[in-house]
Amino acid sequence: MPVVFIPPHARRFVNGQKQIEVEGSTVEKLLRNLETEYPGIWDTLCVDDALKPGLAVAVDGNMSNRGLHQAVQTESEVHILPAVGGG
Amino acid sequence: MATAESDKTGLSSKGKYKVIGTRPIRPDGVDKVTGRARYGADIRLSGMLHGAILRSPYAHARIKSIDTSKAEQLEGVYAVITHKDFPDASDKIAELGEGSVNLKHLSSNVLADDKVLYKGHAVAAVAAETTHLAYEALDLIEVEYEPLTPVLDVRKAMQDDAPILHENQRMEDMSPDATTSDKPTNIYKKFFFEQGDPDAAFEKAHIVVEREFTTATVHQGYIEPHAATAVWSAEGKVTLYTCTQGTFTVRQQVAELLGLPLSYVKVIPTEIGGGFGGKIRVYIDPVAVALARKSGRPVKVVMDRASVFEATGPTPGSWIRMKLGVDAQGKIVAGDTEIAFESGAYPVSPIGAGCMCVFSCYDIPDGRIIGYDVCVNKPHSAAYRAPGSTQVAFATESVVDEICEKLGMDPIEFRLKNASVEGTRRVDGVAYPRIGLVETIEAIRDSEHYQTPLAGPNRGRGVASGYWMNAGLKSSVTATVNGDGKVSLVEGSTDIGGSRASIAMQFAETLGIPMEDVVPAVVDTDSVGYTDVTGGSRVTYATGWAAYEAALDVQRQLCDRAAEFWEVDSSEVTYDKEDAAVKGPDGKSFGFVELAEKVTQASEPVVGRGVSNHNEPGGAFGTHAVDVEVDPETGKVKILRYTAAQDVGTAIHPSYVEGQVQGGVVQGIGWALNEEYFYDEAGVMRNASYLDYRVPTCYDLPMIDPILVEVPNPGHPYGVRGVGEVPIAPPPAAIANAIYQAVGVRMRHLPMSPPHVLHEILKKEG
Repeated sequence: MPVVFIPPHARRFVNGQKQIEVEGSTVEKLLRNLETEYPGIWDTLCVDDALKPGLAVAVDGNMSNRGLHQAVQTESEVHILPAVGGG
Repeated sequence: MATAESDKTGLSSKGKYKVIGTRPIRPDGVDKVTGRARYGADIRLSGMLHGAILRSPYAHARIKSIDTSKAEQLEGVYAVITHKDFPDASDKIAELGEGSVNLKHLSSNVLADDKVLYKGHAVAAVAAETTHLAYEALDLIEVEYEPLTPVLDVRKAMQDDAPILHENQRMEDMSPDATTSDKPTNIYKKFFFEQGDPDAAFEKAHIVVEREFTTATVHQGYIEPHAATAVWSAEGKVTLYTCTQGTFTVRQQVAELLGLPLSYVKVIPTEIGGGFGGKIRVYIDPVAVALARKSGRPVKVVMDRASVFEATGPTPGSWIRMKLGVDAQGKIVAGDTEIAFESGAYPVSPIGAGCMCVFSCYDIPDGRIIGYDVCVNKPHSAAYRAPGSTQVAFATESVVDEICEKLGMDPIEFRLKNASVEGTRRVDGVAYPRIGLVETIEAIRDSEHYQTPLAGPNRGRGVASGYWMNAGLKSSVTATVNGDGKVSLVEGSTDIGGSRASIAMQFAETLGIPMEDVVPAVVDTDSVGYTDVTGGSRVTYATGWAAYEAALDVQRQLCDRAAEFWEVDSSEVTYDKEDAAVKGPDGKSFGFVELAEKVTQASEPVVGRGVSNHNEPGGAFGTHAVDVEVDPETGKVKILRYTAAQDVGTAIHPSYVEGQVQGGVVQGIGWALNEEYFYDEAGVMRNASYLDYRVPTCYDLPMIDPILVEVPNPGHPYGVRGVGEVPIAPPPAAIANAIYQAVGVRMRHLPMSPPHVLHEILKKEG
């Protein structure tokens, strides 16, 4: 099952857990499923059906610009990180 | 140049490819060295007016009124604009591919709204028949200011009693114990990352070193000032010629700020004389467009050098507290850091990237990273080559060197013992794929430079490593096969560092044709599919991948055409890139050139299409060694020798890769030794010219020796990793460590200019 690493500011919604295994084939499905069990986490990370501005998703170590639409595999690690711009 | 090939993957470029790894003549070289290449300021259109911008004399002030009536009445003036000529921008965040922007902040930065937030902040603009008339008109614009106290230092700006830039700004706290406050603050955001239990780990550490570091505000230092020329059509569409790192990004920003349909804005890129991250955000482009609309004439706006310094994004000055703990065997057990970046007049700075890079080179099981994004009365900070990484590498690598001294351990041995490898989990949580940091450390260890003892008084050798994560994002190319067997390759990535060549070479490799038979062209936003910025060291990776896909598409189409000619099924036809030929049953064969000619005469055109949006760019690491000599009488530091080893994935065009490494190192040396914004107490920059803002020249430097370490990126067809940014990260720390070896003083402030070094030497001598 994919593992979502919970950003520090969202851990208060998941009883302080740092990572949670959750079902889903996309980042959106993972976060929707988390929201079902831990209400409040969706609004902390997302707005208008997208990740909040300034946040980005990394799956298996790679930053993605697909946001919530990024596909995940059953063994994937998902991180929510600051969006980064290069020079 | 030396090449240290990876023997662990067996995928090094040497001997594996026909085109990749060779050094063909660059396609844009002749035009550039003969002066034929057209840069932003070279644009001249019939009936063109010249724009000029009035800038704030204050670093912080409220605008009480602006009276433009006298300027408008001056003969030869065709338009005067202020912020009121822009539609009201909302707080909407626009995604720009690589990074996002708050449109209200962007709009207020282009032309100030109710406040000016830095000296040089644009307030009004004029279009007139000549540049001199435009500047004369600026003198007739009357602006009434209410001066406010500026705050220029990042730590002072964080204090409760600091002057506030944005009264409606509240800190967004991303730590686990986040609290909310209704108090205005200059802190836009607090970042927090934690792995394990660093406090407990420090308790068990054998050696703990904790130090504070500061770095000055520095500029990207591109040679070409910003230049933009706009012309409207009768149908209400606008064409913009501009020097930029991203035409599609400019198109989106201009359209958003002026309320135009995206497709009504066409952006034509000129050649670009450097950007390094500073030519992604728009400054004068919307001004040129608004002036052209109001005047009904084409308008060109060119920044002068002082305005480039005073009003375009520098990289943040910073304050960093760095704490590392090691066990008796020299293994890092804990890390803890606080980082505060100046974002300038508006959020956001590259603090997020700084947090992700700060411990990136080391396996640190228990660590904590806290970062602050802080507004100060300086121009809005922008990306600069591995944004945020150089500042934090200075702190981390300096403390590492101090720990090595306390342990009595060679810095190379220490790094090999603690280096991040595939699977290492950074403190921000991400685990690395295949990376080549260890190989770069070994390359330095084995280099002739490191193996040669350094002799002489006041001389020292320093080592440091650095990291940049690189980017993927979106790219598009099209490829038309011409009747002469050559291919027109159309791409949307503006060429800053040689990408015409590196993209054409990947295309040629895929078809097995000579790179010289591929003619690359960088075109406007109406002539190619969407392409993200030239930034994040992404173009050779991502646009190269799009070119690879386009070449495969060409292969497929050529096979289909040959099948038609031979009257066989396409499945019986294959493309043989070794022979650059299409082969069919019964020994049938067409050479590439032969088939191109035949297709042009008797079949449908062959136009390949390639797009990419891949996200496995592979991180890039570098390890550097430097020898310096310090003059103890003046504090001047001379670079004697410099070697930079970098994991470059696959070096598509090794000369360009070497150039990227050398260029990054030189910029890092400038940052280390001389470059800084000098502000007076009123917030006025006192060195806004290249006479006083000192970048290194060839007279200051030895040859920079690059060692290209090739650990192919498994996330790319040819193993490409971005190479452009990471070489700027290690130099300040490497030089600081060398200065310590030379004269025994630890430098914890950038730049390490003669006054600062001499101050530390005299302090040491009592």
